[in-house]
Amino acid sequence: MPELRLVKGNEAICYGALHGGCDAFFGYPITPQNEVPEIMSWLMPKYGRFFLQAESELASINMIYGAAGVGKRTMSSSSSPGISLMMEGLSYIAGAELPCVLINVQRGGPGLGNIAPSQSDYFQAVKGGGHGDYNNIVLAPWNAQELYDHPRIAFDLADKYRVPIIVLTDAVLGSMLEPAQIPEEPPPIEVPPKPWAACGRGGRAHRNVINSLYLEPEVLSDHNDKLQAVYRTITENEKRWDTRLVDNAEFLVVAYGICSRIGFSAAKLARERGLKVGLFRPVTLWPFPSEALNEIMQRVSGALVFELSGGQMVEDVRLAAPGRPVEFFGKMGGVVPSPEQLCNEIFKAAEHCNAGSSSRTNRMCV
Amino acid sequence: MPEVQAEQTECVFDRPRALDSRPHHYCPGCSHGIFHRLIGEMIDEFNLFDTTIGIVPVGCSVLAYDYFDTDVLQASHGRAPAVATGIKRTLPDRFVFTYQGDGDLASIGMSETVHVAARGEKITIFFVNNGIYGMTGGQMAPTTLEGQKSTTSPAGRDVQHTGQPIDMCELLSSLSGVAYLARVPLTSPKHLNTARKYMRKAVRAQIEGLGFSMIEALCACPVQWGIDPKQALKHIDNEVVKVYPPGEYVDKVSGNGGKAK
Amino acid sequence: MEKWRIEEDRCKGCELCVEFCPKDCLRMSDGLNRIGYHTAELIKPDECTACALCAQMCPEIAIRIYRKVKVKSA
Repeated sequence: MPELRLVKGNEAICYGALHGGCDAFFGYPITPQNEVPEIMSWLMPKYGRFFLQAESELASINMIYGAAGVGKRTMSSSSSPGISLMMEGLSYIAGAELPCVLINVQRGGPGLGNIAPSQSDYFQAVKGGGHGDYNNIVLAPWNAQELYDHPRIAFDLADKYRVPIIVLTDAVLGSMLEPAQIPEEPPPIEVPPKPWAACGRGGRAHRNVINSLYLEPEVLSDHNDKLQAVYRTITENEKRWDTRLVDNAEFLVVAYGICSRIGFSAAKLARERGLKVGLFRPVTLWPFPSEALNEIMQRVSGALVFELSGGQMVEDVRLAAPGRPVEFFGKMGGVVPSPEQLCNEIFKAAEHCNAGSSSRTNRMCV
Repeated sequence: MPEVQAEQTECVFDRPRALDSRPHHYCPGCSHGIFHRLIGEMIDEFNLFDTTIGIVPVGCSVLAYDYFDTDVLQASHGRAPAVATGIKRTLPDRFVFTYQGDGDLASIGMSETVHVAARGEKITIFFVNNGIYGMTGGQMAPTTLEGQKSTTSPAGRDVQHTGQPIDMCELLSSLSGVAYLARVPLTSPKHLNTARKYMRKAVRAQIEGLGFSMIEALCACPVQWGIDPKQALKHIDNEVVKVYPPGEYVDKVSGNGGKAK
Repeated sequence: MEKWRIEEDRCKGCELCVEFCPKDCLRMSDGLNRIGYHTAELIKPDECTACALCAQMCPEIAIRIYRKVKVKSA
């Protein structure tokens, strides 16, 4: 059993990537994820892997495209505004069917915002910040252990389906110091062969081209159908979620990342005060675990979706459980409610849901 | 048994092996075809066919992945040098080149261009400078000449409004990561021979691990310039070279550009 | 002996080969090829020295040049 180490969230990400077989990391400084390129700058060379600080996030995502295009396991990390800069590149990566891992340690926005935590990039990550019909798997860790595990498995998922993977976290989780089981040395891994990689012909009978341009409409249509088929397969096989205290729950909190930590504490607090609250925590935000959520939603009186945003995941919760009462509570700008505050909101929301006066608006009511 | 001298017919000029035989989509008299062929000649001469990875841009040559028979990646506009970095740093033994136009390299991609030169990335950029945006219908480029008409400078480029054209060789030559930098007009067989000499040194800068190399080719765009191909080459020889003087700007490669052994 | 061969359907009538032939051996045809261009044709085959300057300047790589070479055979 690997030893328990005290790690910062951003640090755990680095070890996860290393142990997942990351060959090359390209990134640019931006708070609150600077520890990631800083640690990678010595960790990667220590294990014979490659690190480069790129001149911008724009350059980073294109270096990723290059390394992925020649068959390497590659990753970048950034935070909200920097991720915005990467969106065109992400669309190219998806269109060219390349695997890669991207870490977003979300911060306050929009625009320059601040360096405090947020979850306001859910739409960008899940619905697509880049142009075109593409999807990428989105993993949402909630503790240092998952901040290690998710990047590690992300490389396998990326190679399996030839899609980009986003690990969506936030400034709190990135900075938190927590124990996690992380092996001392990188475990042995198996990387699948990549006969499609444009790594130099090396005697191959034909050339390989990495490309997302298909000028003929019929050809691009076929290409998109092919991508959609991959996304359907992912939707059928890769949904992940976690539940706490739902077996006898009367009411549900739905949250991911740092909000699910607060949600779990608030659920326990609510139980002490007489309301049996459970937590549903999506672990893949795409594909969204709709069926699992809906099944529980049928047997509770309603749900409170809690996000550090103006209400983004709440739309997917409503889509997953049509007709079921769903309330929303959120804060923006980096204001992080306490479990106590959330517990009060849970009681309010449960009251609305029971009274049949559940708010139908997406946006939070202050 | 006495030696017999026989005669046979040999093809002495043909398409390089490194190029695909697909007909080009470029306009009549466009310099892309010539520059593609010269690159193909280099790949053949230096035996790089199995280790070459090319990166093609956005612009008229976006379809160049159909014309080079090596492995190729198509990059987003301006980002080819970053893509090349991701490749060369993870596969250092490959021959990695980018092929870029003036919008790709000097406008949207200026940052990527400067940084690969600054970092001394061991890649080779083949830069097509025709002073105009071809694919999108003839807009002004950073390298459009003063007074030159384009669809976004219909009265002729006004340098008070837009600044002067950018001399990329001058700009990059200040960076110590640059091992070889040269400019040549592709306007006559004599100049093509000079181009070959320069290109050999650029290739050697990479394969000998000396640093960043770039060849800026002064090229014709007859259709967007609104003149015929022969006039276009004369325009380069008479006007364009005054703004962009040909020659070797940085040369840390030994030798004089003779044929590879 | 054939010294000069063109793949007519690649020719786009740019006339650069005609311009650069040092012996004025080339001209543009009266007829059109399949893609609608007048193509280059060799009108003075005896004066052609197979110098390949025309082929050098052809952007379409449409011209092949042939020469007689001596080969030793035992």
